[in-house]
Order: sequence, then structure tokens, then C-alpha cells
Amino acid sequence: MAQVEKLKEVIEVALLTSSQPLAIEDLSRLFTDKTDRSTIRMLLDEIKNDWQDKSMNLVQVASGFRFQAKVDFTEFLMRLTPDRIPSYSRAVMEVLAIIAYRQPVTRSDIEKIRGVSLNSNTLRQLIEREWVDIIGQKEVPGRPSLYATTKYFLNDFGLKSLSELPELNNTLEQEISDTNIDKNVEENQEN
Amino acid sequence: MAIDRVASGMRPTEKSLPKIYGENIDALPQDLYIPPDALEIYLDSFEGPLDLLIYLIRKNNIDILDIPMANLTNQYINYVEKMKAIKFELAADYLLMSAMLIEIKSRMLLPKPILEDDEDDPRAELVKKLIEYELMKDAAENLNALPKVGNGIMIAQSYFEKTTEISYPDVSIDELFEAWKNVLKRVKQFEQHQINRSELSVREHMTIILRKLNEKDLLEFSNFFDSEKEPIPKLVVCFLAILELTKEGLIKINQQSSSSPIYLQLGEV
Repeated sequence: MAQVEKLKEVIEVALLTSSQPLAIEDLSRLFTDKTDRSTIRMLLDEIKNDWQDKSMNLVQVASGFRFQAKVDFTEFLMRLTPDRIPSYSRAVMEVLAIIAYRQPVTRSDIEKIRGVSLNSNTLRQLIEREWVDIIGQKEVPGRPSLYATTKYFLNDFGLKSLSELPELNNTLEQEISDTNIDKNVEENQEN
Repeated sequence: MAIDRVASGMRPTEKSLPKIYGENIDALPQDLYIPPDALEIYLDSFEGPLDLLIYLIRKNNIDILDIPMANLTNQYINYVEKMKAIKFELAADYLLMSAMLIEIKSRMLLPKPILEDDEDDPRAELVKKLIEYELMKDAAENLNALPKVGNGIMIAQSYFEKTTEISYPDVSIDELFEAWKNVLKRVKQFEQHQINRSELSVREHMTIILRKLNEKDLLEFSNFFDSEKEPIPKLVVCFLAILELTKEGLIKINQQSSSSPIYLQLGEV
């Protein structure tokens, strides 16, 4: 029993000191002897419960588990870094949204949706931020690169998977299905 | 009438243009100098032609599924004309849309065979684009509003002291000796091979040959080559000198018949 308590503490301290979310595979490397996933998962659940009423929460995001401050404290913590984090331009956010909701997309897909040519700087900003990367080439003439969002994108937005993205505007989607124009949108709805 | 509607539908007029005697100024004074960049801000407030169209549609409460093309095209073109006057290259995407709008309108005017199919509505393609764009535009705003790590989501990262023990590898005397041999080997490889340029000048030999011929009128070819004493490069240069002299007409080479001796003599200068 005491040993299980120790395992739990090791996992807890690893999560508290890690700058990256830790997956179950990462956590199992903490121990020299084999510890099965179900044990770790169970311990994670216990840690989650232990911290329920404290200032931090154990949450799961795309690439694993991490401790983060409860939302109630964000307001205070943000005062520590008064230099506003630079926000992205509308163009960058629109491109990110298109990649997130319509992935995988090519550059020309993005241009078609937005109706303007795409400044390569816009894509580069997202790639440098590691929110977006190239996952292959479309097998059409010119073999254009296909862009998709990364795990880091999900991590940074506090999401476990793409299905947790905010839902698209319902009334607009209704209009689309009314006109029965876009099959892709309907497929996305099902997802 | 159409122009009035454009003027009132323009974003900048409501917000940024001043009033005089309680009246909105809806046109910029013609004689006033406007810094060229200042008007780009109007352009920049729209992300593109679709954004502008959506703005006009929503502003006028137009049903997106039944767009009055003439009206919208009119307003749109009015706006773009202003834009075009200021920064032509920025307006390129907008001009393309103007052309599309006009094309759609003209296709609607054309007499057509009876059609009941919605899909044949020339506006369908445009509407599809508009809706998809507006969907993404909203999604972008929602994404932007989401809390992100460092801006809304604060993650834990406590400090822990990493102690790293420095362990020194064992070294045997043999390994040291091997290492020394390797150093020596490498030094040898980096030794430089000196190449001395021997100063053999064809011109110099040309002079020497001419001197000899000045002393003795006629000399046998083999007299110029002392193959036993002199190194090969020198012989070659000497031969080149002879050829050079001949070419310049300074000496003549004679041979009575094949395999008889070859004689050199001064040319007729």
C-alpha cells in the first residue's frame, strides 16, 4: 500500500515539474520495473481527485496530462505578465480556423475559402508556432502541400482532440444544408 | 440612390469621419492632401472581397440565399472604385470579384430555358463561398476567444534541482598510446608538399638560341639539346622556344631530306 502511495507521489511530482504534458507512456518511464498503463491511469484518477479542491487541476490534453491553474485564478495570474501576449491578426486566425476545421487543406483551398491570395508570412507564423504543419502532398498536378493542425495546437488551446473545437455557427450551417451545397460540411457535422 | 446607400454602408463613415455642423462628412475633401497609406487602413479593415461582400450583405439585412445582385454589385463596385483609385495592386482580388458579380448578374439577365433546379441559379457558387467564408470567419473569432496556454490557461511548472554526478571514464595506458599514434598519423597527413616552381622561361631560351646562332651561322638541331645533362622540362622549353622563333620568322629550320640532320639558321631580318 505504501508503495502505491509512493508511485502516486512520483507521478504527481513528475507532472508538476514537467514543462510539457506527459503521456502515460512518458509516465511509465519513471519506473524501472514494469508498471502497466491501467495502474498509471488509476493513479492519475486518484491524483485528479486529490487536487479537486486545490488551486490546480490535473487535466488531459492532446499529448498527455498536465497541471494547470483553475480558471478562477487566471485573472490574477495574468497580472503577473502585464505585457500583453501579442495577438494574431485576423488573417492568421482565419487561416488557422480553416486549417483546424477543414484539414487537411492545401494553400489554394485556403485561398478559395477566403477569396484572397495568401501571404506566405501568414502560414509561416502558424508553422513557426508549431500549431500547423505539413502532413503530405495532395496527389494533383504540382503536388501541393497539405496542412493540418498539430498536437501542440490542441495542447495550447487546452483540447484533447479536434472534436472539442468550438462548434461552427449553427444558423450558418443550417443555411448551407438548406441549399445542400457543401457535402464536406455535413461530413464534418457527423464527426 | 445607390451611391447614398454605399456611403451610409461604409464602415469608416460611421466611426472615424468627423461631423461638421452636425452633418457627417461622407466624402473626403478633394483638395486636401491625403497620405497614401492612410486609406489603406480602410482596405485593411476587410480581409478580402468576400469579407466586404458579407459586410454589405449583413449591413443591409439581405437574405444571403436570395441576393439582389444588381443592388449588391452596385454597392460593391462603388466601394472598390474608391479603393482602386488609392492602391491598385491591393485591389486586385477585389476587382476579380467585381468581374464575377457582373458575370453573375448578366447570366441572370439572359433568357434561359425553363429551369426549376436551384442548382442552376448563377448565384449558387457565390452563396456557397460566402457562407463557407463567414463560417470560417466566425470560427476564427471563436478560436481567438478560446483561452490559450500563457493567455488564459496557466500551466504548472515547479522547479526541481537536477543533480548530475560527473563520472570520469577509465583510461588505460594502451589507449593513451593508441591515441598518440593516431595523432602522429594525422600530423603526417597534414604535412605539406612543397611545390617549387622552376623558373623556365620560353623567352629566355629564345634569347639563348638567338645568341648561339649569332655566333655560329648554322647549327645542328641536336646542338641545342643536351639530353644527358639537362632536365626534361628544360628540353621541352627549349623546343618550345625554337618553335616560337620559327613562328615569328626569326629563325629558319632546314632539312635536306628525311632523316638527314636538321639545321637552324637565323631568319632573314
